[in-house]
Amino acid sequence: MGGPGAGGLKGLEVTPLGRYLARRLLQFVPTLLGALFILHYLMTVGIQLNGDPARAVFGDRTPSQSQLQAMQRVFGTDDPCFEQAGNPCLTVFVHRLENMAQGDFGVDSRERPVVTLIAEHAPITARLALLAILIELLVGVTAGVLAGLRGGSFWDYVVKVSTTMLVAIPIFVVGAVTQLVLGVEFGSWLKGVGAPDLLTGLFSIAYRTDQPWASLVMPAFVLASLSLATTARLTRTSLMENLRGDYVRTATAKGLTRNRVVGVHALRNSLIPVITNLGISFGNLLAGAVVTEGIFNIRGIGGLVFGAVATGEAATVVSVVTILVLVYLLCNLIIDVLYAVLDPRIRLD
Amino acid sequence: MSDVVLEVRDLTKHFPLTKGIVFKRQVGAVRAVDGVNLTLRRGETLGVVGESGCGKSTLAKLIIGLEKPTSGEILVQGQNLARMRGSALRRARRNIQLVMQDPYTSLNPRMTVGDIVGEPFQIHPEVAPRSDRRRRVGELLELVGLSPDHINRYPHQFSGGQRQRIGIARALALRPEIIVCDEPVSALDLSIQAQVINLLERLQEELGLSYIFIAHDLSVVRHISDRVAVMYLGKIIETGVDTEIYDHPTHPYAQALLSAVPVPDPTLRGLRDQIILEGDVPSPANPPSGCRFRTRCWKAREVCVEQEPALVEREGSAHPSACHFAEERDVVHATD
Amino acid sequence: MTEQVESVISADRSAQAGIERSASLWADAWRDLRRRPVAIASAVVIVLVSSMAAFPWLWTRTDPRDCPIQLSKATPSAAHIFGTNELGCDYYAMTIYGARASIIVALVSTSLVLLVGALVGMAAGFYGGWVDSVLSRLADIFFALPFLLGALVFLSMLRSHSVWTIVLAFAVLGWPPLARIVRASVLATKNMDYVQAARSLGASDRRLLFRHILPNAAAPAIVVATILLGTYVASEATLSYLGIGLQPPEISWGIMIAQGQSYVTSGYPHLLLFPAAFLSATVLAFILLGDALRDALDPKLR
Ligand SMILES: Nc1ncnc2c1ncn2[C@@H]1O[C@H](COP(=O)(O)OP(=O)(O)OP(=O)(O)O)[C@@H](O)[C@H]1O
Ligand SMILES: [Mg+2]
Repeated sequence: MGGPGAGGLKGLEVTPLGRYLARRLLQFVPTLLGALFILHYLMTVGIQLNGDPARAVFGDRTPSQSQLQAMQRVFGTDDPCFEQAGNPCLTVFVHRLENMAQGDFGVDSRERPVVTLIAEHAPITARLALLAILIELLVGVTAGVLAGLRGGSFWDYVVKVSTTMLVAIPIFVVGAVTQLVLGVEFGSWLKGVGAPDLLTGLFSIAYRTDQPWASLVMPAFVLASLSLATTARLTRTSLMENLRGDYVRTATAKGLTRNRVVGVHALRNSLIPVITNLGISFGNLLAGAVVTEGIFNIRGIGGLVFGAVATGEAATVVSVVTILVLVYLLCNLIIDVLYAVLDPRIRLD
Repeated sequence: MSDVVLEVRDLTKHFPLTKGIVFKRQVGAVRAVDGVNLTLRRGETLGVVGESGCGKSTLAKLIIGLEKPTSGEILVQGQNLARMRGSALRRARRNIQLVMQDPYTSLNPRMTVGDIVGEPFQIHPEVAPRSDRRRRVGELLELVGLSPDHINRYPHQFSGGQRQRIGIARALALRPEIIVCDEPVSALDLSIQAQVINLLERLQEELGLSYIFIAHDLSVVRHISDRVAVMYLGKIIETGVDTEIYDHPTHPYAQALLSAVPVPDPTLRGLRDQIILEGDVPSPANPPSGCRFRTRCWKAREVCVEQEPALVEREGSAHPSACHFAEERDVVHATD
Repeated sequence: MTEQVESVISADRSAQAGIERSASLWADAWRDLRRRPVAIASAVVIVLVSSMAAFPWLWTRTDPRDCPIQLSKATPSAAHIFGTNELGCDYYAMTIYGARASIIVALVSTSLVLLVGALVGMAAGFYGGWVDSVLSRLADIFFALPFLLGALVFLSMLRSHSVWTIVLAFAVLGWPPLARIVRASVLATKNMDYVQAARSLGASDRRLLFRHILPNAAAPAIVVATILLGTYVASEATLSYLGIGLQPPEISWGIMIAQGQSYVTSGYPHLLLFPAAFLSATVLAFILLGDALRDALDPKLR
C-alpha cells in the first residue's frame, strides 16, 4: 500500500546503516565546501577591507610594481575581485578548490609549499594531540566516575568545582600559569637539586628535543584541560543516569557485585557520549594547539600558525587553518561513522 | 429553530506522509477526516463522539479554520470558510470560536487573565473601542462566573475549572454564534465537569449559541447534546437526535461505545450485555477497504469488504447509519 | 477515569501551590537565584567588573598611560599595589582599565549574536519547511568551523585591529548555537495550545511570534547568552594574547598577559598573575551565573 517511490526502493534493499552512512557522506560534501567557502570569504573580506597580504610581506618597504605582482601571484591574490568590496571572488574559490584537490594548498611567504610545512611540523603536533587525548580520557573519565558513583559526595564536589574552573579559565591563562608555577618555579628548583633528565624534562618551560615525549606532557595537560572538564562532566551525568537504569537494578538483583555492575554494564554505556564528544573536542584541541604550542615554544602545526600570526603572514595562516579544518571535519566524519557501525542502538534517522 | 448556522459538506483532511530530507516525496496520507457532512442549527448542540485518534480534533480545527481542508466545504451564512482569505476570513472567524481541551496548556502562562480575555479585542479592534475593553473583559469574567477582580492574575493562579472558564470567556469575547468545544471537560475533575457543562448550557440559553461539542465518550455528550454524531476513523458512522442514538443505536460501533458507558445503578449492572471490541483501531493512513469498521465488527461479511456503506436511513434504522446490517440491539435497556 | 481525576487533582494542587508562589517563571527564577550563593557571588563580580569598564575613575585616579620609565617593573608596593610594568605604567590602573575592552566586546558581540541567532532560529522554527532546511544547513556549515580558527583567519587578514573588528568576527561566526537553541524552543512552543488558540482568533504571525512564542521560548537563549558573555571575554583575551585582537596602545587583559609572560622567567610573576586573575574571575562569573540561571529556569529541577 506504500505510496509512489516505495516500489522502486524495494529492489535495492538498503539497510538502515547503509542509508545512514550514505546520508552522512552526502551531508559531508556540502558541509566541507561550505566551511571552506566561509574561510575563503573571511579571507576575501579581510583583503577587501584591509589590503593585500602580499603587500604586508614587504613590511615598511614599498615594493616595486613587478615585485608586488610577483608576490600576489604567489599568494593567489592577483585577481581584481579583491579590490571590489563585497565580491565573493567565486572564481578564485573554485580555482583554489581545484588546487586543493591536487594537493596544492598554496605557499608561505618564503614560497615553501604549505603541504611540506605541514608534513614537517605534523609529527610533533600528532604526539602532543595523542598525549592530550590520552590525558583527556584517562583523567576525565576517572574524575567523572569518581564523581558519578556517588552524587553529592566530596569527590563529586571537588570534580564539579575543578571542572568549572577549567571550563572558565582561558587556555592561554592555564598555559601561562602552568608554565610559571611548574616550569619556572618548580622546574628551576628541580634543576638546582640536580634531578634526573626525565624529571627536568617533564617540568621544562619549553619543548626540549632531547626529551621529545616527557617535555610534551605538561603542554598536553594544558591542551587537554578544556576537553578534560567536558569529558568528566559527561561521564558523571551519563554514569549517574545509567546507574538509575533498569538493567543495572536487574543486574544487581541477579547477584552481580556492584563493582562488576558499574564496571561492565553502566560504565560501558556511559562512555558512548564521551566518545562522541571526542569529535567535538578535537576542534578545541586544534585551536588550543595554536595557543599551547605558542606558549611552550613547540614547533608543531599550532606553533606554525602562532608564529605566522605573530609575524603577520596571513597567507600561511589561511592555508594551514584550511588544512586543520579539513582534518577536523574528516575526523568528525570518521568518528560518526565508527560510532554508527559500533553501536547498533543509535538512532539512525 | 430550523435556521442553519453551519453546514459542512464532504469535508476531508489528509495529512501527507513524506520521506526524504531534501527531496520530499509523498508516500501516503493520514486520512484524519475523510468525507464528513454536518449541519448545525441555531441554538442547537451537536455532540461528536469517537475514540481517540478518530479525527475529532482535526474536524474541530478545520471548522474554526486552524487547518485548511484537503477538500470539501464549510458553509457559514452561505459563505465557504475554506475558500476565504485575508480580511474576509478574519471577519468570518469572529463568528466561530474554540474552547480547548486542556485548560493547563490553552492559556499563555505569561499573560494575565485580562490580557488573555482581552486579546480577541486587540486582534479585532473594530469590535470594541479601546476605552471599552476593560469593562467588557470584566463583564465576560462575570458572565462565566469569575470575579472581575482577578483580571491581573496569571493562569497558574487558578484551578483547572476556573481556567476552563477563562478559556470560555475568551471564546465568548467576539460574540460568536458558534462555539466548537473540543473535549472541554475531559481534563477536569468529575464534579467540576458538571459545573462547566452547566455553565455552557446557561450561556447557550442566554446568548443563543450553537455548540459543536466533542467528546470521546457518550456519557458526557448525552447531557448537553440535542443531536449526536458518532465518528470512526475520520468518518461519521451514525447520526441522529440524541434519544435515537442513545436508545436505538443501529451501528455496531455505536452499540459498542454505548455498552461501555458505565451503568449508574449497580443492581442493573449485570443485566446489560457489554460488547468488547477486538483488535486495535486500524491506522488512518491505511484504512480498511469497504466498511472501515469491518476489521473489528462481529457482523462483517463479504459485502463489507467490497462496498462502503453510505450514511443513510435504512430498513433497520430510522436515522442515518453507515452499516449494511444496521439494526437495533437493546444494549442499554438497563440504563433508562 | 481515575487516572484522569488523579492527574487533575495533582495539577490542581500545583496550581494552588502556584498561588502561594509567585507570578511567573522569571519571578520564580529570581527567588531561586537569590538563594544561591554562587549566583550572588557571580553577580557581584559581574557588577564590579562592569563598573570598572564603565567608570574606571571610580576605582583609580592614576592614568594607566602615564608611565614614568624610571619606575619600570616595580614589584607590588603601597604606592603601586599591583606594581608597574616594563614601561613603568601603574599595573593596577591598567588592570582596571583593561576591563572595558573585555566588557564591550562581550556585550556587543553577545547582543549581535543574540539578535542574529534569534531571528534565524525564529524564522527556521516558526516557518519550517524550506526556510528551516536552508537556515539549518547554513548553521551546520558554520558549526563545522571551529570558532577560534575562523576568527584567527579573519583577524589575521586585517592590519588594523579594534574592538569592532573582533566584534564583527564573533558575530559572524557565533550565531549558529543560538539559532539552534532558539529554533528548538520555538518548535516546542509553537504547537502549544495557547498559540493555536491565538491563531484561531486570527492573530497575525507577528503577534504569535512576539507575544506568545518568544516570551515562552526565550529562557534557554538567555541562559546561553549569559554563558556566551564569558566565552567572548575569554576569546577576546585569547586573540589579543595571540596579537590579532587589540594592539598595544589599547589596554586589554589579553595583551597584558602576553607582555607580562615574557618577564615571568626573569622574576616578575605579578605581571602575569594580576591580569590573569581578573580575566579568569570575570569569565568564571559569567559562566557560573549562566549555569545558575539554567538551574533556576529549569522547572524540572525545582
Ligand atoms: N498535523 C498532523 N500531521 C499528521 N497527522 C496528524 C496531524 N494532526 C493529526 N494527525 C493524525 O490524524 C489523526 C486524527 O487526529 P485527531 O487529533 O483529530 O484525533 P482525536 O480524535 O482528536 O483524538 P483525541 O481523542 O486523542 O484527541 C491521528 O491519527 C493523528 O495522528
Ligand atoms: Mg483531540
